[in-house]
This record gives sequence, structure tokens and C-alpha cells, in this order.
Amino acid sequence: MEYLLLIYGNEADEAKMTEADRSAMHQEFGRFTQSIQQSGNLRAGKQLQPVATATTVRMRDSKRLVTDGPFAETREQLGGFYMIEAKDLDEALEIAERIPSTRWGSVEVRPIVPMRS
Amino acid sequence: MNLESLYREEWRRVLATTVRLTGDFDLSEEAVQDAFVAALQQWPRDGEPANPCAWLVSTARNRVVDQIRRRARFQEKQEEIEQFVSLEPFEIDLSEAAMVDDQLRLIFTCCHPALAVEAQVALTLRTVCGLTTEEIARGFLLPVATMAQRLVRVKRKIRDARLPFAMPPKDKLAERLDGVMLVVYLVFTEGYAATSGKMWIRRQLCEEAIRLGRLLCELVPRNPELRALLALMLLHDSRRIARASPEGEIVTLEEQNRELWDRREIDQGVPLLEAALREGARSEYAVQAAIAAVHARASRAEDTDWPQIARLYEVLFQKRPSPVVELNRAAAIAMAEGPSTGLALIDALESRGELAGYHLLPAARADLLRRQGRWQEAAEAYRQALALVANDPERRYLARRLEEVEGLQSADRALGTPSIIH
Repeated sequence: MEYLLLIYGNEADEAKMTEADRSAMHQEFGRFTQSIQQSGNLRAGKQLQPVATATTVRMRDSKRLVTDGPFAETREQLGGFYMIEAKDLDEALEIAERIPSTRWGSVEVRPIVPMRS
Repeated sequence: MNLESLYREEWRRVLATTVRLTGDFDLSEEAVQDAFVAALQQWPRDGEPANPCAWLVSTARNRVVDQIRRRARFQEKQEEIEQFVSLEPFEIDLSEAAMVDDQLRLIFTCCHPALAVEAQVALTLRTVCGLTTEEIARGFLLPVATMAQRLVRVKRKIRDARLPFAMPPKDKLAERLDGVMLVVYLVFTEGYAATSGKMWIRRQLCEEAIRLGRLLCELVPRNPELRALLALMLLHDSRRIARASPEGEIVTLEEQNRELWDRREIDQGVPLLEAALREGARSEYAVQAAIAAVHARASRAEDTDWPQIARLYEVLFQKRPSPVVELNRAAAIAMAEGPSTGLALIDALESRGELAGYHLLPAARADLLRRQGRWQEAAEAYRQALALVANDPERRYLARRLEEVEGLQSADRALGTPSIIH
């Protein structure tokens, strides 16, 4: 079963991090990514540009509405994701809790609809 | 054995094992229901099978397999057929150990932290206790449709997020057991809180919570916190008849006829708690049970060891520094050391403003003022409490008290002003 781990954090706080803290965080993320790659759980994972770069598209009455910004303004913003393979929700949660930013942000775990052949 | 008691006793075991065998929570529930219906039709005709539980499990399991097969044929989905094929090598492990594990897995699945707490409560009552959706809805004073919707949603999440039907990993066991205990405690307090409304159905919630508590103590032997929780429920439940008048009016602990306390439950609860405390139970449940045990030991209200209760509230306050616990502690200190000490503590608490709008704060003040014979101030405090109270039996209790102190106030006035009579 595949799960998407959506990584939320407060961009404003993260922007205030010192260079040393930021590099320590990147290293920690790197070690985490490597560990779930080695365990065979990793499908994909990326960091996103800040929400300031987000654009939202809607189609209404066959007309395209393009707006600046994310779908919804929230206190924490989606900053990245991992797509993983796990045998059940418990395993997915075990992996999610090891994501470094769970200590200051939050991670939403979403099951992915299985592909029907 | 009659089928109804069989249903009460075996529902959970049959369901738990069927879920393990089929891996499908939702289909298993329906199938177990069907299996009991089939038993109702077949057993009177063909005789009761040698092992009723095994018969029910295998009937239910076969129904699930039929369902999956039918669905697979209908949808012609390869993977579903594979799932069905993997069910084929079939051997029911009905050993006691396997069935104990199945029941624990079922409880841990229903109380999984990924589910909303109110959904955990509803699902546990439905699945582990075998209550109908209607019964659960009535217990929680909710429309049946709301409760049905809640159960549908939670089962959908179990299926779609693939919640495992499994024991929690070792390092999460204590934490997960805390979650299970909270569900049991919530079921109990929901049933215990109200003395109004459909009392018999709410009473059922208390009974189910105690049954669950006993079951957990059996399934997880030698766990002091579980035993403390069971003791807490037994000791509170022992007062069920005494704490409400036949008309449904509140009877305070002080006024209760202690002859009406359920001796059997007290005699079970007290030693259970003592053993739990010896073995290291330290949870809030254990402290609350200890408080209940002090009350249970006093054969008359005036024999209550209030200094001990005040100390226990202090322990509880250290564990959970909440203003409500602080208020209870103040009331206990007032009983131990006199109303004026308690009043000073309550006034300090009131001035902090955390309990603004909470009717039990003026109610506690009123009670202490009444004990001091300060009728006018007591009446004023009862009026404040009455303005805030939401629940009917409590409102009637406060109104009764208000009437009482108002009567005493005018009696005082009459006695205290003889000059007019002259």
C-alpha cells in the first residue's frame, strides 16, 4: 500500500533559521531519506518551493481561473512530501514519525488509492 | 444454551477471530451477524453443534469468502480473486491463546489513535461489545443517523487507510493501552454522568465499560493500571442506586443511604485497587479509585477520612494541574480543616478567573457558606450557580438547596428581630 507523507511547517519560522541549523536539518533529512531508501519504503520525495511560488488553477464554466497562492492559507504550509510503500498504516506512521520536521511542524499521512489493473 | 446469551458472550470472540481469518473488518461484521441468524434457524432444527463458537466462526468466514468471491466475479478483478485464493488454505485456530490475541487485536484496532476518539468509543461499543447502532445512539443521546454515519466513516477509514488488525509494536504498547483505557473510561463516564433521561440505557454503558474492564484485565494479566481502572469503575458504580432518588433527583454523597451501596462491587473494587497500588499503579484512574475507596470505607458520611482525601486530591493535582481538580481539592480541604480554609482557596481560585462560567464553583462556595450558616451569602452563591447550570437534575438540586437556605434565612430574621414583635 502506498502512502503520501505531506510535510507541513511554518515557512516564516523556517526562514528565520540560522545557516548552521538549516544545514543540520538538511543533513538530518538526508539521513532519513537514505534510511527509507535502504529499507525499500521510499517511492519518491521532494522539497517544494515556498507557497509564495504557488499558483492555483480552477476551471469554472469551461473558463480557466488562475489565482496566485495556495489552495488555502494556513498557519503551516506544505513544504515537501515523501511517497512511501508500507504494509499498513502503522508502518506508515512509524516512518512518518521519523521525519525530522515532525518535531516542529506536522506530517499528514494519506493513503493513496491503489491502481486497479 | 440460549442464543441470546450466546450472542452476548460469543459475539466478540467470533467477530475477532473472523476478522483475523478474513482480514476484512466490515464484511466480517455483517457475516457474523448472518451467522448468528443462521444459528437461530438451524440449531433448533438440527441440534446445537459440538463447538458453537467454531461453527459460528466457520459460518461467518464462509460468508465473507462468498462475498469476496461474488464481488470478484462481478468486478472481474484479478487482485480480489487472488485475495480470495489466499483465503483458501483454511484451518481455524480456535485455541484459547489465539482467540485471546484476536480479541486484543480487535480492541486495539477499534481504539487506534488514527481514529477520532468519539469514533473509537462508538466502534468499540459496536464491535467489541456487540451493541446495536440504535443502542449506542441512545446511550449518547444522539440521532441514530448520526451514529450510523459515524460508524460508516470510521470503518471506511479502517479499510482505506489500511489500519492493521494487529497488536501494537512493543514500544507503543503502553501508549496504546492508555488509549484503550481512555475509551473504556469515556464509556463509563458517559453512562455515569447523567441521572436523567433514559436511565436504563445509560446504565448499560456503565455495565459495558465494566465488562470491558474485566475483559482487559483477563486479556492483559498483571497490568496494575488496568486493574486500577476496573476498581475505579466498580467503586463508583457501587453507588448507582444510592446516588439518585427514585424520582431521579441527585442524592449527594453525604446524604446517600450507604446501605444501598453495592457491597459486592465494593468488596471486589477495594482489594483490586490495593493490589494495583502495590504493583505500582500510578495513573489518574488509580488516584481517583483511591479517593472512591476512602469514601467506600466510611460506613457513615461523618466517618470519612477527609484529610486522606485532601492528600489524594493533591496527588491528582500534581498529575493533572487543572482548576477543576483544584476545586475538588479545596472542597476536600474544607471538609478536613473547616469551611473557612476551603472558602479562602475557592476565592483565590475564583479570582484567577479560569473557572468563570463553571457552575460548580459557585455551587461549592454556596455549600461551604451554608455549612457556616451564612444563609444570605449562600443563597446568593446558589443563585449564581443556578444561572450557569445546564443539566436538569443538577438544576433541581441547586434550586432545592436555594429554597432551603432562603427558608433558614427568613427563620433567622424572624428570630433575630423580636423587637418588632414586641
